[in-house]
Amino acid sequence: METWNYVEYAAWALSVLLGLYMVVDWFTIDTTYSEDVLTSSREGELEAMTEESHKG
Amino acid sequence: MTDFDITSAERDGMGPHGTKVGLLRVLGPAHVWALGVGIVLVGEYMGWNFAVGKGGAYAALMACWFAGILYTCVAMIDSEVTSTVAAAGGQYTQAKHIVGPLMAFNVGLYLVFAYTMLEAANAITAGYLISVVATMTGYTGELDQRPFIILVIMFLAWLNYRGVLATLTFNLVITAIAFCAIIVLFLSTSGILGGGIMQHAALFEGHELPYGWIGVLAAMHFGLWYYLGIEGTTQAAEEVRSPARALPFGTLAGIMTLLIAATLTWYVCSGVLPWEFLGDGVNGSVAPLFDTARLSGSNALIWFLGFGTLFATLASANGCINDASRAWFAMGRDKYLPAWFGAVHPKYRTPYRSIIFLVPIALIFALGAPLDQVITFSILSGLLEYTFMPLNIILFRRKWPMGSIKRGYEHPFHPLPAIVLLTICAITFFAVFLGYGTQLVAMIGFYIVVSLWFHFWRYRFVDRGAQFTMPWPKPQGY
Repeated sequence: METWNYVEYAAWALSVLLGLYMVVDWFTIDTTYSEDVLTSSREGELEAMTEESHKG
Repeated sequence: MTDFDITSAERDGMGPHGTKVGLLRVLGPAHVWALGVGIVLVGEYMGWNFAVGKGGAYAALMACWFAGILYTCVAMIDSEVTSTVAAAGGQYTQAKHIVGPLMAFNVGLYLVFAYTMLEAANAITAGYLISVVATMTGYTGELDQRPFIILVIMFLAWLNYRGVLATLTFNLVITAIAFCAIIVLFLSTSGILGGGIMQHAALFEGHELPYGWIGVLAAMHFGLWYYLGIEGTTQAAEEVRSPARALPFGTLAGIMTLLIAATLTWYVCSGVLPWEFLGDGVNGSVAPLFDTARLSGSNALIWFLGFGTLFATLASANGCINDASRAWFAMGRDKYLPAWFGAVHPKYRTPYRSIIFLVPIALIFALGAPLDQVITFSILSGLLEYTFMPLNIILFRRKWPMGSIKRGYEHPFHPLPAIVLLTICAITFFAVFLGYGTQLVAMIGFYIVVSLWFHFWRYRFVDRGAQFTMPWPKPQGY
């Protein structure tokens, strides 16, 4: 076994770890927060707030 | 603007909408620059030199500057529209507001395909580069590139998942290093610092335009490679602190950087490498800047340009993940795609579901599709997007004339940039047809089929009123 073979294994392992991190976090977030909160984003909020402050 | 009442009939009832979790506004102009230039700079390190193969070194220079005009028009038009439509989705959101839903759906798909394909191509390239490093360090076996291709995609997806500030700060650092490497190579090989190794006159003699003017036309296809992706700056629109300032500043600084980088790249590479070798990006010069550094005889330059190549590749893939996920997220938020994709991570404030969803798609293309087909699909999707832009800006100026809405930037000489852009797009379509006619027809066929699907099926799910939440006055004539 040469060093580069170990680097290959390390790349596989790190890829799996990063993938697992995202999947576990995704599952945790989806089960902790309601869908209404997670999908509440709307475009133009900054612009709308600017308009309101000008109005006020 | 301040005189308008957002609750009036004129404003159509649009105002603040109660976002509980939205994208985080933390970016500045430097991040916008890093996003745009980061996606593109890999095109200077590899890919552009196919233009030399199509028509010789002079043809590649003409393609470089003509494509530079095209992208300067793109940058100016984008800066004006995006500094006004400051929302995630970039050109998709512009199309939604200015042209209509079918155009928006198509533009959204162009964006996602162009960026995801480019991400896959970058991951393939990174895997190849790591195998070159292994060989350079004395490894005699055949390195399995797959774990490195997968690691690049997973690491950058993870970075994007965790937050936009770290993602684009990382891009800023590695893009700046890759750009500096080009400058240092130019200074070291042109004779400004130390002895020069340029041989333009000798290398060009008898090979000025080996395939005549048709070669210049054919070179236009790969001339795009010098700048492809600068329009991606618009995807940061919902995450910059000051859209009206940061977006035009970052985008226009980006195109200026690229014009300098592209011209210097052509100059140093064509002055050192024979055009037959330079123009063959498969069996000849895969990475021309790196090859030029190797001929310089300086080990420091070889390592610097080696890292520059790898960093440019990573920066491009990183920016592509950022942009593709924002476009997909914006389409989900408007229910052009399932609303599930419109979710924002409550802690990291990123479109996490869109980021995760696009990972396996990028992996499939990176591990299963040939590089040239992946790149061609990316270029063609980009070209369709640029063709939409002149129509978009003409309609934008007509529906919201100057003074009717606040613009962060007003591009000069309208409609001249739009006409120039449309003309150069038409020329480039012809150039692409010369080399990749089958792919062009197949891809247009694909977009026609998905347009029919959207029109006859998907559009019924779109929340037609809720998608227009910008506090804009009604367009003229409506």
